[in-house]
Amino acid sequence: MSWVNAIVQGILTGGLYALFACGLSLMFGVMKVVNLAHGDLATVAAYIGIGVIAISHIPFLWSVPIVVLIMAVLGYALQRSLLQAAITRGELTTLIVTFGLSIVIENGLLQFFTANNRGIGTGSSLISSSFSIGAGLQIAWLNVVIFALAVVVLLGLQYFLSSSKYGRLIRAVADDREAAQLSGADYRHVFGICAAVAFGTVALAGISYGMTTVVSPTTGTDTILLFAFAAVVIGGLGSLWGTLVGGIVLGVAQQIGAQINISYELLAGYLVFLAVLVVRPQGLTARRSQS
Amino acid sequence: MSTSANEAAPAQQGAPLLEVRNLVVHHGQLRALSGISLRVFPGEVYAIIGANGAGKSTLLRTIAGLHHPTEGSIVYDGRDVTGMRAEKRATAGISMVPEGRRLFPSLTLEENLKVGATFARSGPWTVERVYDLFTWMKDRRNQKTSQMSGGEQQSVAIGRALVANPRVLLLDELSLGLAPVIVQRIYGMLPQILSSGVTVLLVEQDVSQALRVATHLQCLLEGHSTLEGRPADVTAEQVEAAYFGMGEHSAAAGSIPEGSEA
Amino acid sequence: MSVTTDATVRSEENLRVTRSRRNVAWTGIGALVVVVVLALFPYLVYSGTTAIMVQGLIVLTLASMWNLLAGYAGLVSVGQQAFFGLGAYFVLIPATHGLSPFLALPIAAVGAGVAAFPLWWLVSRLRTGYFAIATWVLAAAIALFIEQIQSIGGGTGMPLPGFAGMDPTLLAAYTYWAALVVAVLAIAGVYFLLRSRLGLVLTAIRDDETAARTSGVRVGVARLLVFVVAAAGCGAAGGVLAIDQLQVVPGTSGGVFSVQWTAIMAFAVIIGGLGTIEGPIIGTAVYMILEQTLQSYNAWYLIILGLVAIAIALFARRGLWGLLDDRFNIRLFPVGYYLWSPGERRRRQGGQGRPAKGAGAAGVAS
Repeated sequence: MSWVNAIVQGILTGGLYALFACGLSLMFGVMKVVNLAHGDLATVAAYIGIGVIAISHIPFLWSVPIVVLIMAVLGYALQRSLLQAAITRGELTTLIVTFGLSIVIENGLLQFFTANNRGIGTGSSLISSSFSIGAGLQIAWLNVVIFALAVVVLLGLQYFLSSSKYGRLIRAVADDREAAQLSGADYRHVFGICAAVAFGTVALAGISYGMTTVVSPTTGTDTILLFAFAAVVIGGLGSLWGTLVGGIVLGVAQQIGAQINISYELLAGYLVFLAVLVVRPQGLTARRSQS
Repeated sequence: MSTSANEAAPAQQGAPLLEVRNLVVHHGQLRALSGISLRVFPGEVYAIIGANGAGKSTLLRTIAGLHHPTEGSIVYDGRDVTGMRAEKRATAGISMVPEGRRLFPSLTLEENLKVGATFARSGPWTVERVYDLFTWMKDRRNQKTSQMSGGEQQSVAIGRALVANPRVLLLDELSLGLAPVIVQRIYGMLPQILSSGVTVLLVEQDVSQALRVATHLQCLLEGHSTLEGRPADVTAEQVEAAYFGMGEHSAAAGSIPEGSEA
Repeated sequence: MSVTTDATVRSEENLRVTRSRRNVAWTGIGALVVVVVLALFPYLVYSGTTAIMVQGLIVLTLASMWNLLAGYAGLVSVGQQAFFGLGAYFVLIPATHGLSPFLALPIAAVGAGVAAFPLWWLVSRLRTGYFAIATWVLAAAIALFIEQIQSIGGGTGMPLPGFAGMDPTLLAAYTYWAALVVAVLAIAGVYFLLRSRLGLVLTAIRDDETAARTSGVRVGVARLLVFVVAAAGCGAAGGVLAIDQLQVVPGTSGGVFSVQWTAIMAFAVIIGGLGTIEGPIIGTAVYMILEQTLQSYNAWYLIILGLVAIAIALFARRGLWGLLDDRFNIRLFPVGYYLWSPGERRRRQGGQGRPAKGAGAAGVAS
């Protein structure tokens, strides 16, 4: 029975990984930026959440939109300044800049917050409790909530991209930057909006992660970035829902690995990722055109 | 400002809507345009003709703002827009239909038009009116444009530019890759576009097509102007000479290039 | 234009092609002198100083390798720590079986180089950004894998045997010399590699990959070779670290598989000058200065290093050496070509007859 439990757990964790991954996928799909600082930004969001709650003592639920807003604004600012400058100078520069950002953020967090682990206290007993189905299937409410959140976010992103004015502009700029300029769109602003949206999802990802387990300054690169990227690759580049598929595959693989041997959890995930890299670099749900 | 018919436009009608002064444009080390000037008056159809590599598209792209000139200036409606970003020029009223259509492949027909309408100025053109102009679009508004024929894509591209309600419409090589029948049909739309108050500056490799619709023309050869004037004032031989570069260069309006050394 | 007449005249005289503007023999002698002086350090300074220099030499080796990868082959690897760590273990394992760690250094280099082959197979088809992350994932996976093996220390690491009872000063001196040899070999190796046919091939690929391919250049093979050489270099550096620290600790935060090593080597290269051989030298110097002055402030030197690297990547893409080169036009390690028209002499500083620079290591076009 514990195998079924493991698989269900893996599926639910997939939601969290999808939250990690959709921002990364969005930024790559639109701006061709592989943001090596992605995971660290999620960690920053978690720390901001912790800080906001500590300072203002507002209920946890209120802190979520605040953190999302802060991160979205940060995303716009970062994109218009640093990332835009890097993009115009080429792929190599972009990688170096985002890598540099990652190291700076991590060591900055290390310097100001020490290496201690911290968690986000939700203050709600419902969240930290679990329920059972049948004999041996134990599911934590928190994981279900996060999975639901991931689905909602993906639905929201899909709606935003397909039906809203800025969603259309983002897709247009992603298709053909110059043609979009000819239609009056300032692509730097559109990139900024895209980054703001991506950072918003990163904020949710970071907070969710902080709720499930603890965060430390190196969480961003130790876990989040690699999982996010693995989910994107497994699910297929350019596909938003593919990040959910990829997240689920990754989560399930990890739980199966953990069942075999508790220390194989991470390794199993990496192996699946590498296998997909070798066999099908386009990912499992590859489509001919980009979403 | 008088909106005159495109055929018998008088030589001067007050200030030009679009003026290019001594434009010099480089592609890296290559000098693509050497001191090009032109003036487009409201209601005109100004055609730039020339062979491949003459610099025609470069000229249009520079006017649209996608390319920066090394020297010279571009004046639109009395304002110097040489340093203005492309998107600002678009919202100011200069819309370009780029070479090769450049539609958004992942967007549907209607979405392509809607993008064009996002930052539109006020004016007669709307998505609906574009559907009136190209009636076939109505039924296929939700189709992806990548599945359409070249002529259909060209129409969508024109629609996308029109919907922004430009004052100057730049058309870059409309005939590229299209069958002559289709090309004629598309150029046949021009009168309706002009009657809504749009001025047209177009680039064409197909000289006869250009001569048929233009009120004014200029011929480029390797970045230099070799002929300028009204279609009625130039002969076929002059055009041919200017196009292929036989004889001396001349940039004066309607002047006849010398056939050989005196 | 009188092109035709010029050409016929020129073909009768000799166009000279040289490697640099000034006589490189002077630079070669200079380099030799520097190396000899450095080799004498253990006799001249305290072991505390040589210990610091060992650190610098390790970083210098790593930086040269990263520069080779990113600056000349266009491969941005964020996973070099994999080979660095493997090198350390390839010294540790023979040491546990009785071999002197110093003798195990070549094993570390070769071992890391061999390990590069299967890893290359995994990541070779990936584009720049994915290549970067994939190498990062690979390094993490390798680290995790090694941590499972209890016989070589598992997750907590293991001390390095083989030096029991050795005089500390002597050990320090031997360690220093080992580090010096590795660094000198690394830089010399990169220099001669780039002056060889492979260097020309790499420049061709860097300039225009498609053109190179259609000219018959085996792009994949060239990149593989670079990847393997870089792996070997990093492996040797890892071996030196093991000897220096007298232990090998895995672990992705602070251990031998930490991504911080890649951060250090990458930043050193960026700051010093990507795509030049002199760049890593300057960059390492900058790193060492920062690290020494900010030592007690823990994470600060990495923060500053990162910020400076970002600034340089954006505003002075050829790094500090690039700035120097632009002003004074010097090349200590010339790997390009200069074309002299007939009658032009060497040692001409600017003025007339500025030679045309050929395929030179003038920074990365991206």
